Amino acid sequence: MNNPNPDKNLLASAENVGVSISGNQILLDVSLSVSEGEVVTIVGPNGAGKTTLVRAVLGLVRPSEGKLYRRPGLSIGYMPQKLHIDPTMPMTVNRFLALGVPAKLAGQGHRKNALDEVGVGHISNSQMHNISGGEVQRVMLARALLRDPDFLVLDEPVQGVDITGQADLYRLIRNIRKSRGVGVLMVSHDLHVVMAETDRVICLNRHVCCEGHPETVSKHPEFVQMFGEQVASSIALYPHHHDHHHNVHGDVCNDTHGDNHDG
Amino acid sequence: MFMAMFVTIRTVITMMDDFIIRALMAGMGVALAAAPLGAFVVWRRMAYFGGAISHTALLGVALGFLLGINPIIGVGLVSVVAALMLLGYRGRYLGNDTLLGIIAHGSLALGLIVASAVEGVRVDLMAFLFGDILSVSAADVYFIWGGCALVIGVLGFLYKPLLAVTVHSELAAVEGVNVRLVETAFVLLLAVVVALSIKVVGVLLIASMLIIPAASARSFSSTPERMIVLAAVMGVISVGIGMGASLEFDWPAGPAIVVGATALYIISSFKKTA
Repeated sequence: MNNPNPDKNLLASAENVGVSISGNQILLDVSLSVSEGEVVTIVGPNGAGKTTLVRAVLGLVRPSEGKLYRRPGLSIGYMPQKLHIDPTMPMTVNRFLALGVPAKLAGQGHRKNALDEVGVGHISNSQMHNISGGEVQRVMLARALLRDPDFLVLDEPVQGVDITGQADLYRLIRNIRKSRGVGVLMVSHDLHVVMAETDRVICLNRHVCCEGHPETVSKHPEFVQMFGEQVASSIALYPHHHDHHHNVHGDVCNDTHGDNHDG
Repeated sequence: MFMAMFVTIRTVITMMDDFIIRALMAGMGVALAAAPLGAFVVWRRMAYFGGAISHTALLGVALGFLLGINPIIGVGLVSVVAALMLLGYRGRYLGNDTLLGIIAHGSLALGLIVASAVEGVRVDLMAFLFGDILSVSAADVYFIWGGCALVIGVLGFLYKPLLAVTVHSELAAVEGVNVRLVETAFVLLLAVVVALSIKVVGVLLIASMLIIPAASARSFSSTPERMIVLAAVMGVISVGIGMGASLEFDWPAGPAIVVGATALYIISSFKKTA
């Protein structure tokens, strides 16, 4: 947890972290860092350890090797992969928002603002069981925002949301990053959309295969091998969307231990 | 002013002479404490957990006689140990339901054996299985109300974090809740309520006092708090119905209370969920 010389803007980092759960090595020698105002996205196939990495950064699993750092006093807004509220529990959106928030931040006005910020101000009195998947995700995001976070951790934030809704949610996350200056660590499957909204991509398959700017990563041989030629080339088109002319290509992707990636 | 207080206190004490009033007071105390805990038991899908803990109570009663201590204390100790064991073993090779079955039946059998070994004391099994609410003393009533006040007080402190953990334990952990501490405290409270309730509704029926009123309250509730309040109301009404039926038809009181609660549940199940 102690980093001798943490950069002032650094929110959280992992250094050479390994995690094994009941004898199975889930993560091996993984490093990452997230600084203020930065969006870092973890991509990788199923079973690559993406969620485990996030849980390690949050302090929910103890790594067997390596070091974790979280800036002291860091306020984290976490959006877990799935929210399952038992149907036996009645729960309005409004009540749900106040659950994990200190009383002074959970006033009615704060809750209203948070719901408005994520675009679902109209459902505050609905039951959590009766709102759509996309609305649930937005409500969870609102709860994370109520804590006035420095660091947002989003585990597959668009899960169960239709395609248009996905793009909207990512746009929302980007806007929140801009307006609040928070750092974002995000797990995602949805390569196409994510690549356009991300500063740095970490391609994970138990270890870090490659990392860097989305455009760079999408051309990296390991990434191409993992996701297939077609996906990789379609993603590579994305950055042109916003006029990037990055010529720095050699700065990342340092790995290649020759592992195979069928895990 | 003092006079009025004195008269009130004297009225209460005189009322306590009446075994029916004592029975009602004891039953309502249990219903009030069981309501918030029962709601959490329902939300956390721990219905069989409550059942298993209550099955260990007979062992507690028998040990109480064997060691010459108050049976309620014996029950409290054994149910606390059982609750901690259940908590500690969670997530090993066996499913929770299997483990609960082992603890419930193993300890019930052991309890019967220990009870048979206690010389000179004939444990009234029916009373401990189904409760003997009509025989509670004034001291029992004070004991139950004191214990219930304590349970409700502790639960008040625990309420917000426990609710957050029940909704999503990892989210609660990231938000700064000590999940393990909160869960342990909850299970201990459950054990205490089981111990307190033994005399009133008995080993086999305490689990239903936890679950049934909360289940009846569900379809009328839009928030967790409302469900708890309604569960308390349903529980108190069930005690009233049960006592009434017991007096009117000479039914055994403990089972009558549970039948009352079940009848309320059946009526409530016609209501569409709020």
